[in-house]
Amino acid sequence: MANQVREQWATRAGFLLAAIGSAVGLGNIWRFPYVAYEGGGGAFLVPYLIALFTAGIPLLVLEYILGNRYRGSPPIAFLRMSRPTQALGWWQVAICFVIAAYYAVVIAWAVRFTGFSIGQQWGDDPEGFLMQDFLQVAAEPGMVSSYVSGVVWPLIAVWVVTLGILALGVRRGIERANKIFIPLLAALFLVLVVRAVTLPGAMSGLDALFSPDWSAITDSAVWVSAYGQIFFSLSIGFGIMITYASYLRRGTDLTGSALVAGFANSSFEILAGIGVFATLGFMAVTGGIALDEVATDGIGLAFVAFPEIISNMPAGSLFGLLFFGSLVVAGMSSLISIVQVVIAAVQDRTGIGRIPAVLCVGGAIALASILLFPTEEGLYLLDAADHFINQYGIALAGLVVVVVVSWVLRKLPELQTHADEASAIRLGWWWPVTLGVITPLVLGWMMWDSLRSEIAENYEDYPTSFLLSAGWAVAIGAVVFGVIMSFLPWKRATTESAEEPADETPKVSR
Amino acid sequence: MSTSAIIMMIIAITLIWGGLAASIVLLRRHIQRAAQDTDSTGAP
Repeated sequence: MANQVREQWATRAGFLLAAIGSAVGLGNIWRFPYVAYEGGGGAFLVPYLIALFTAGIPLLVLEYILGNRYRGSPPIAFLRMSRPTQALGWWQVAICFVIAAYYAVVIAWAVRFTGFSIGQQWGDDPEGFLMQDFLQVAAEPGMVSSYVSGVVWPLIAVWVVTLGILALGVRRGIERANKIFIPLLAALFLVLVVRAVTLPGAMSGLDALFSPDWSAITDSAVWVSAYGQIFFSLSIGFGIMITYASYLRRGTDLTGSALVAGFANSSFEILAGIGVFATLGFMAVTGGIALDEVATDGIGLAFVAFPEIISNMPAGSLFGLLFFGSLVVAGMSSLISIVQVVIAAVQDRTGIGRIPAVLCVGGAIALASILLFPTEEGLYLLDAADHFINQYGIALAGLVVVVVVSWVLRKLPELQTHADEASAIRLGWWWPVTLGVITPLVLGWMMWDSLRSEIAENYEDYPTSFLLSAGWAVAIGAVVFGVIMSFLPWKRATTESAEEPADETPKVSR
Repeated sequence: MSTSAIIMMIIAITLIWGGLAASIVLLRRHIQRAAQDTDSTGAP
C-alpha cells in the first residue's frame, strides 16, 4: 500500500456528503429528540450549542487534521504522528468492528419494518409483535441458542449492499452512494416532517419539545447528556473522520468543512426533533394520554411507538415507508463509514488491494454480525455491546486521544498550523483550550459518572456473568487488540510514506 | 404552542440552520478565492 497511490475523493462536496452521511445516523432520529425533551426542551439549546462549539467541532477538526496530515487510517495516522500511539488507532479499528457488527442488525430490522408498514403487520400490539413475533427474544440474556430467519436474510442483504458499495472504492462507491443517500434522506425526511406537523395534536408535541425549562441548565446531568449527544452523534472518537479525511487533498479547508458537517448534523437533529415530537403529539392527542407517557427513544420509539402511531394515522403506510426508509438510508451511510475504517486499516497495514480487503475484512465483520445478532439472544447482546463499546470504547478512546495529543505529545500547535494554512477561519486560541481543557474534563466526568452507575447496579439488571462476557470483555478486548497490534512490526516504507501522492485527480472546485 | 416554545423553536432553527447556510457560503467563497489566486499566480 505504501507505494500505491492513495484513493481520493473526486470532489470536496463528495467528501462533505460522505462525512455528513456518516454523522447523520440512527442516533439523530431516535436519540436527539428525547434527549432534548428530557434536558429542558428549548433550554437544552444552550448546553447543546456550547457542547457543539467546545467539543463537537473542535474534535471534528482534530480528526480531519490527523487524517489529512498523516494520510492514513487511524493506526497509520497515529503511528506517523508518534510511533507508540498507533495502539490508539488499532483500538479505534476494533471499536469500529464491534459497532459495525451490531449496527447492521438494526438497519436489517428497519428494512423489514419498511415492508411491515405496508400492511401494518404489527397489528394491535406492536411491542408484542417486535419482541415475540419478529425478534423472538429469549426470556433471559445469554449466548446464542437459535437463529431468527426473519432477521437473518435482511441482514445478509444489508451486508451484500454495504460490501458491494465499499468494493467499488472511495470515489465510485462511498462518494457516489452518499450523493444518492443524502439527498434521498433529506427528501424522505422533509416529506415526513411536513406530514407530521400537519397532523392533529402536532403543535402540542412541538410545544413539549421546545418549551424551555430553564432550571434544567443548572443540572449537571443535562450538560453531560448534551456533550454525550454531540459526541456520539457526530461520528467522532472512532476514527471515521480520520479515515475519510485521509482521502482529501492537502490544502483543503478543514475548519470550514468541519463547520459545515457539524451544522449539517445538528440541522438534521432539529428536523428529526420536529418530526418525531409532532408525531408523538398526534399519538398523545388521539390516544387521550399525556405526552410524557408516550415520549421515548431508541428501539422503543422506532419499533414500538411509531408502528402504533402509523396504525392510527390516515395513510399510515406511506408514513411508515418514509420513516423506516429514512432509518435505512441514514443507517446505511453510517455503516459504510464504520466498515471503511477497518478495511482501510487492513489495506494500509498489509498492502492488499481493495477487493480482497473488502472480502476478507468486511466478510469477517458480516460473519460475526450474522452469527451473533439475528438470534433469540441478539437483542441482549446488541444492547450490552452497544452500551459498553460506546462508554468504554468510543468515549474513552476519545478521552485518551485528546489527552495524548494535547498534553503528552503537545502536538496541537503543529496541527493547528496545518489547518490554518488552508482554512478561511483560523482556529485561534479557542481550539487548543477546548481540546486541551474542556473536552478532557467533560469526557473524564462522563467516564466517572458512567463507572459509578456501573458499580452501583448492573446495566439493565443483566446478570453479572452476561455483562462480563458480552459487555466488559468486548470493551477491554478492543483495548487489548489495539496494544497487541501495535507491537507487530510494519514495513519501514509504509510508516514513512506520508507525502502527498502524485496528483492524478481532477482539480476540485467544490 | 406557547409563545416561549415558538420563540425557542425559531431561535433553534435560525441558529442551527442559519449556521449551516453561513458555513456553506463561507466555504464556497473561500474555495472560489483560492481558485482565483491559483489562476492568477499561474500555479498548477
